[in-house]
Amino acid sequence: MTKGGPLAWQSEAFRRMGMFGESGAKEILDKAIGLSKADQCVARLSGAETGNLRYAANTASTSGSVRDAELAVEVAFGKRVGTVTTNRFDEASLAAAVRRAEELAHLAPENPEFVPAIERQTYAPSKTFVAKSATVTPEYRAQVAADCIEPCRKQGLVAAGFFTDTHSFSAIANSKGNFGYQENTTIDFTCTVRTADGRGSGYVARNTADVSTFDAKEAVAIAARKAKESVAAKALEPGKYTVILEPQALMPMMYWLMSGGFDAREADEGRSFLSKKGGGTRLGEKLFDERVTIYTDPWDAQAPVLPWNEEDTPRRRMPLVTRGRIDALHYSRYWAAAKGKAASGGTGNVIMAGGEKSTADLVKSTAKGLLITRTHYVNMVDPQTMQLTGLTRDGTFYVENGEIKYPVRNFRFNESVVIALNNVEDIGRPERTVFFFDLAFPMMLPAIKLRDFTFTSLSDAI
Amino acid sequence: MDRRDFLKITGAGLGGLALPAFYGRAIAAEELLSTIDVATKKKLADVALNAAKSSGATYCDVRIGRYLRQFVVTREDKVQNVVNTESTGIGIRVIAKGSWGFAATSDLSNDAVAKATAQAVAIAKANARLRSEPVQLAPTKGVGEVSWKTPIVRNSMEVPIKDKVDLLLGVNAEAIKAGASYINSTLFLVNEQKYFASTDGSYIDQDVHRIWAPMNVTAVDKTTGKFRSRQGLSAPRGMGFEYLDAKAADRVELPGGAVVYRNSYDMKADAIAAAKQAKEKLTATSVKPGKYDLMLDPSHTWLTIHESVGHPTELDRVLGYEANYAGTSFATIDKLKDKFKYGSDKVTIVADKTQPGSLGAVAYDDEGVKTQKWDLIRDGVLVNYQVIRDQAHILGLKESQGCCYADSWSSVQFQRMANVSLQPGKDKLAPAEMIKGIENGIYIVGEGSFSIDQQRYNAQFGGQLFYEIKNGKVTQPLEDVAYQIRTPEFWNSCVAVCDESDYRLGGSFFDGKGQPGQVSAVSHGSSTARFNGVNVINTARSLG
Repeated sequence: MTKGGPLAWQSEAFRRMGMFGESGAKEILDKAIGLSKADQCVARLSGAETGNLRYAANTASTSGSVRDAELAVEVAFGKRVGTVTTNRFDEASLAAAVRRAEELAHLAPENPEFVPAIERQTYAPSKTFVAKSATVTPEYRAQVAADCIEPCRKQGLVAAGFFTDTHSFSAIANSKGNFGYQENTTIDFTCTVRTADGRGSGYVARNTADVSTFDAKEAVAIAARKAKESVAAKALEPGKYTVILEPQALMPMMYWLMSGGFDAREADEGRSFLSKKGGGTRLGEKLFDERVTIYTDPWDAQAPVLPWNEEDTPRRRMPLVTRGRIDALHYSRYWAAAKGKAASGGTGNVIMAGGEKSTADLVKSTAKGLLITRTHYVNMVDPQTMQLTGLTRDGTFYVENGEIKYPVRNFRFNESVVIALNNVEDIGRPERTVFFFDLAFPMMLPAIKLRDFTFTSLSDAI
Repeated sequence: MDRRDFLKITGAGLGGLALPAFYGRAIAAEELLSTIDVATKKKLADVALNAAKSSGATYCDVRIGRYLRQFVVTREDKVQNVVNTESTGIGIRVIAKGSWGFAATSDLSNDAVAKATAQAVAIAKANARLRSEPVQLAPTKGVGEVSWKTPIVRNSMEVPIKDKVDLLLGVNAEAIKAGASYINSTLFLVNEQKYFASTDGSYIDQDVHRIWAPMNVTAVDKTTGKFRSRQGLSAPRGMGFEYLDAKAADRVELPGGAVVYRNSYDMKADAIAAAKQAKEKLTATSVKPGKYDLMLDPSHTWLTIHESVGHPTELDRVLGYEANYAGTSFATIDKLKDKFKYGSDKVTIVADKTQPGSLGAVAYDDEGVKTQKWDLIRDGVLVNYQVIRDQAHILGLKESQGCCYADSWSSVQFQRMANVSLQPGKDKLAPAEMIKGIENGIYIVGEGSFSIDQQRYNAQFGGQLFYEIKNGKVTQPLEDVAYQIRTPEFWNSCVAVCDESDYRLGGSFFDGKGQPGQVSAVSHGSSTARFNGVNVINTARSLG
């Protein structure tokens, strides 16, 4: 792995190292599998080139680029499994890795939950790769920073942000003839703009597979506007309010709702909000407002993900919640076999259906409420009820008679995301979001209007 | 580490690629015992230092790191995963034309190191145009060739995997026998072999060890559909496998009967207690919201200290360098000048990178500065921050406080939290005495859910065990408890801290900061402390 510091640069030749292409990747995987004498062998090869630039206090702070590729070889004798990884791909290194994996398998205890390698699959490709996004240069990143810093400096504002671009590939194969290969690009950008006196703060986030759809100037203008408009916030009493959550504000809550992946085993075991009183699961039960429809789909046009999951099971479009009703649970290969069900590809992404309304439209139809543009430090309080706590941040506004009246001070909320999604008033147009520590899990989320959202205290933070 | 990462690690049958990238490559257990020879490291470091000087750098530091980790992950009667990982490489940081440059490589050949150094210098020079003023590095005297090792009794990496598996499966069996529906138990073992060299004339070889043995015990009542979990009450520590020796002297029984641990941990006994207490939680009385006097056990308080004092006193947060991530700080520099009353006069909080057995203990930080202990809050007054070499001048300090850290050879070192701890009270006071003075209170043990705003004013904390205190006595267990604070008001409501004999460490194995994110491990010590009139909410809801 090589990593550069501030304004690192890379030559094209350097960039290409470690990116083998489909045939190159298949050759490495086939060699590794061919070298194994175990009952079965699964090999996974992946690699990524990532660049980033960070800036704060209106100046570039750190930047870097990382390139890495790694092969994991997993062999099994009966139910004994051994895994080894290597970043050397010559024949001798591959042979050594396979031998070591076999040694480890012989030493390993039997895994009672062992599942044999998956049969040969057909993975329908998803459009996770946009060629232009794989050509982002350090100069481009520096320009992103400049496009944020310059307008802020001119307006007496202070910008802090982070831009990162990733070009990666994943290749999988096993001794039963299964094979899959796909490349992926991701652009992720966040920027916080604060007024120089620290009385106002705004935020913007952009996540896309296609760099040509990203416009730093357009984005930073939103954060700058929110910073200026959030100055001199008034304090309102905590309590229950109608709220309009922008997608960024809804996102951490939906991340928690999806964090267990609608897992059938957890639900069957009685330790999930999807478990039912008296045993069993809430499958088929209406748990949310009928306007709530949530599904996963690896081929979604705006949030595509790899067409297979960590177990090599093909991902498919899977309805999770349809008109408020729990429509499916995810079965791992082990749990599916144990329960006589079909294994599923799980939730590689999540899409919440919405309409065509903008956030402004949702504001327009609101008699009294709060516009929440972002939530912060959202954490689980009670997994039984999906009760979460967190705070508003970077722009919270009072809405009356369809208009934003004035900024308000930040609140702490304590609310069950399940209860909140029963109090739906209106749903806007979904857009792509990610949680900052899980960039590989895109979520298409709408702005949403909810009644009776529970705020329990005020925060002095700006 | 977030939940999805944890699920990836604990997923049965997943390969090394499922690991978060910074863990490095998976290796065999016996490789965890090897080290790189010091002479080899010095030679390599000199290649970089010489290359840096000859290409115009005014300062250079080199970190050759070998990061070894082992995870043993189990549930009930099953081993879900045993993972050994290693990551080795060199990171070179320079100042040229008054600006920082950094480059790193896993290739430990002289050529590759020289090339990476040249890259770091070129980057520094390219960056110079972006700086309004040159980097001001507080001086640090070279210490020559020195070495330091975490004072461990038993290297965890030397303990056979079978023993670890047997330990965890034994713990799990006890919990199930005691009535748990499920248990997940894990060992996280870390050895950082770090070599630091700089143009100041230091060659510092350090061997750092850490251990963490978390568990989560769940009780399910299928009739009511209710489930409750109780996490283990261990602390991650800067110790060897001896932390799991379960010495009788380290067992502490609290008023009300809960048992916590000092410097070694009885995992089996705690699993049995956890099973019973998880079941007890299913029927415990739901708290009546309102103002209570809180009696907080050190197994709980560490997280409150971490969030409400540790982070806001990091100078880079105060200056806005983390504004786009976790946020800034309410504890601004004007408050330092104005002698801000952060807490009551019972509150003295120190930063300490030297504390034995703590997660943050080293002899030198990741920029070659001798570590130390210093006051952040003295008798309630904010008196200092946590700063590194290029920040010291901002506070008019002559030297760094030695709290610079990078989580990998490939990450740039930056300011990370020292162990930040509440000092014990000076007067003799044990928890059994403290409780006698509380009329209407709640006793909280263990850390639970947590959340704090981006300037560290408003926080909310849960816990593992809650006990009602009425007229000086524990009366019953409670559930659905969380307290909400405004940081300065909370610390000013501290009316008593137990004495040194009650002092214990808690801590975080995976504290996140920065973009791209880096993790660090940090301890927080305290004695049981009392806070008056804190706002407690009831977190129970019903989905019907």
